[in-house]
Amino acid sequence: MPQIDFMGKRRIAYAVSLLLLIVALGSLAIQHLNLGLDFTGGTLVEVRYDTPPELDQVRSTLSTAGYSNFSVQTFGSPSEIMVRLQQSYDQSIGNQVTQTLGADGESVDLVRAEFVGAQVGDQLRDQSGLGLLVALGIVSLYVAFRFQYKFALGVLLSLGHDVVILLGVFSLFRIDFDLTVLAAVLAVIGYSLNDTIIVYDRIRENIRKSRTTDMAAIYNDAINQTLARTLSTSGTTLLVLFALFFLGGDMIHGFSLALIIGVVLGTFSSVYVAAALLLVFGLQRADLIPAKKENAEDDELP
Amino acid sequence: MLNRYPLWKYLLILLVLVVGVLYALPNLYPADPAVQISGASGSDTVTATDMKQARAALDDAGIGVQSSSLDNNTGLIRLRDGDKQLQARDVISDALGQDFVAALNLADSTPGWLRAIGAQPMKLGLDLRGGVHFLLQVDMDAALQQRLDVNASAMRETLRNERIRYRDNQVEDRSIRFTFASEEDLEQAEQLFRQQYDNFNFEQSQQGRAQTLTMSLTQQAVSDIQDYAVNQNLTTLRNRVNELGVSEPLVQRQGPSRIVVELPGIQDTAEAKRVVGATANLEFRLEAAGDTPAEEQESFRFRNDSSRSAALQKDVIITGDRVSSASTSFDQNGRPQVNINLDGAGGSKMTRISRDNIGRNMAVLYIQHKSRTRTVMEDGEQVEQRDTYTTRRIISLATIQSTLGNQFRITGLDSPTEARELSLLLRSGSLAAPIYFAQERTIGPSLGQQNIDRGIMSVLVGAALLLVFMVIRYKAFGLIANAALTINLTLLIAAMSLLGATLTLPGIAGIVLTLGMAVDANVLIYERIREELRGRASVQQAIHNGYDRAFTSILDANITTLLVAVILFSIGSGPVKGFAVTLSLGIITSVFTGVFVSRAITNLTIGGKPLKKLWI
Repeated sequence: MPQIDFMGKRRIAYAVSLLLLIVALGSLAIQHLNLGLDFTGGTLVEVRYDTPPELDQVRSTLSTAGYSNFSVQTFGSPSEIMVRLQQSYDQSIGNQVTQTLGADGESVDLVRAEFVGAQVGDQLRDQSGLGLLVALGIVSLYVAFRFQYKFALGVLLSLGHDVVILLGVFSLFRIDFDLTVLAAVLAVIGYSLNDTIIVYDRIRENIRKSRTTDMAAIYNDAINQTLARTLSTSGTTLLVLFALFFLGGDMIHGFSLALIIGVVLGTFSSVYVAAALLLVFGLQRADLIPAKKENAEDDELP
Repeated sequence: MLNRYPLWKYLLILLVLVVGVLYALPNLYPADPAVQISGASGSDTVTATDMKQARAALDDAGIGVQSSSLDNNTGLIRLRDGDKQLQARDVISDALGQDFVAALNLADSTPGWLRAIGAQPMKLGLDLRGGVHFLLQVDMDAALQQRLDVNASAMRETLRNERIRYRDNQVEDRSIRFTFASEEDLEQAEQLFRQQYDNFNFEQSQQGRAQTLTMSLTQQAVSDIQDYAVNQNLTTLRNRVNELGVSEPLVQRQGPSRIVVELPGIQDTAEAKRVVGATANLEFRLEAAGDTPAEEQESFRFRNDSSRSAALQKDVIITGDRVSSASTSFDQNGRPQVNINLDGAGGSKMTRISRDNIGRNMAVLYIQHKSRTRTVMEDGEQVEQRDTYTTRRIISLATIQSTLGNQFRITGLDSPTEARELSLLLRSGSLAAPIYFAQERTIGPSLGQQNIDRGIMSVLVGAALLLVFMVIRYKAFGLIANAALTINLTLLIAAMSLLGATLTLPGIAGIVLTLGMAVDANVLIYERIREELRGRASVQQAIHNGYDRAFTSILDANITTLLVAVILFSIGSGPVKGFAVTLSLGIITSVFTGVFVSRAITNLTIGGKPLKKLWI
């Protein structure tokens, strides 16, 4: 079994985490999330050309045709173009755009057209934010019930850490944040939690078994004991996620990317953030093996 | 003895496996391209003769038919060639005429013995089969306003009839306000209104010499009206969607004021929107009497019996726009009837005309503006062409027994079903409240197929990578884990098919992710076994302890993940819900296979044997 002194190097990990958090929060504050159509509302038209077109050409064709306030980008392959319009919806917009683009003899096919009303988008955004908070809250409650409240705090902070950094990456690189990515973020919470619980479970077991009061040593042991499992599971999950990322198609690109980043973050945070935080909170043997005396002390806690 | 399961555990696991395989099996049978034939309305039934006619037409057109069946008034013709589907639909609808709707369909080809036990393949979501998705917003304020306007005009008429003079009348802010010159008038009016309307709160106020009576809708009334508006719009939309001839359309309420419409297979959003927004209407007319001049008569056929017809007067008493609501009930003798409420103007006109014509017959005429698309060959290309036509049919002809007010009933109906259908038609004539399109998506069929192919590809590649990884890392135990993983996938697909869950693209992603995380249980167990072996435990003891001690970790980890999945389900919509369902089911099946099935295999193969070394 490897014997790596994780806790000894925790200050480096804190520094890395802190740096990532600052960058993520900074990016979120300055340039926000690049919210997808699901959240902003608007119109999206995706078309397919036979031969890859020049994007500038497409843009000028659209402006000449009188469209304004639109964005054009390739979607997946260079011959597929996604046009996003902020203007209000017109029932035949998909066909209109296709016709406009195909006017000079090019063969253009409509792949999909979507429209989301602004009100629906707003509501969805609020609901999703609420959902994230509820998910975090319920999970912490469960952990507090099954373990102890210090563990719950650790879970809460390490999950928050993962989510903030993940959102930060999406904000920093201006990656579209749509409904499927949101689902991925929630799945990341699930995954990271899974990882953290496994480590915590081992910590609890070791605390009950051993007589030492050197908590850092206990955490190190627990992390090392679960390390093979942590890496195996992250490995298998990443394997399938890469398969999904490269083969699954453009519509779930954002989804698989978010999960890949999330799995890496979740693995890191279950080792460093979650376990190291228990040191910060000063978890004691007594917290898990209550004796009469400790109970009396507990009552005095605010 | 260690690592032995009692026989009943093996049998139980075997039973679950057999059931799982049976219910997953239908997904292996590809769906047949088919055309579904149904009657254009409840009274038109598809008969064996119609089916023969349709098949003959297909034979003439040289389209290969695989089989045809007639079941529950719906005919299904399976085709050999998917490319001929569009053509086949047109051939059939030309051959059978307007009384039938021919729709494209993908008929599942599950063998009869599987269907007999309720096994069926997973439904494909819109993102996998292509189609149109609308989210419609019902304008609730407009619904309330409409109802208040109707009530206000009826109240004004009551006041006029009772010769109570009012100075002013306003409808605003969920309330109706009347201003009177004297307190006496106000008292009188309030007494009248209180008798007639029980869904208002009454309030009197004074400003100078003006006496004001404010009637505001009760909270209960407001929510009743809103519910009614959404439900009536749902009914109307369902009727209209059926007109489109789509197989398996979805029209569903979402939240308090929204309606989802999903039309698989439809590509032309514009056409779908025209039909969803189409208008059907009603007219009430008197039957022509003996002395009615011929030029004031018009003859119409009956809707449920096209051989019968009746001559009606050209003058229209009122149109369906004046029907404010319609419902079914039974009279004292237990016969079905349809209750109709008219708005103020409609009511007074109906009163006047029915008073003068007691004893004569009055007809209800159903007018529909329909459109039908055909694909025709033009310059060697297939072009969609649309024909619009209007049908006018009599749905009821009954004697006026007494003066009708703004509330009256239509009796003389054959059955409760007919009554329900009539009231439904009366309601579906117009939408209760305006709707607008809040969201819409069109997914092309090529994108759908591409999504399926890519999804299956990534599941296969992901699974293959996993299997290889597990064998390399855990040798013989890797094989056991792989067997458990395969069973897991089978059970997951079986559970999704059994629950009738819809497979979406994020759903496929959920399956892939589940596979990746499902091995976690086995990884945990095997790492524990390795640890126990290092701790000098005997082989059998190591296996036993490994499974035992890993169990609490597995349970805690999966319950918390399940919690997240459930939250995802409750807040998510559409594709996200699909993902959450897959994830939740996946967690349950993977705990079962990872812990119990793999244990059973282990116990069965090496449990209790005096092994010196484990190949793990």
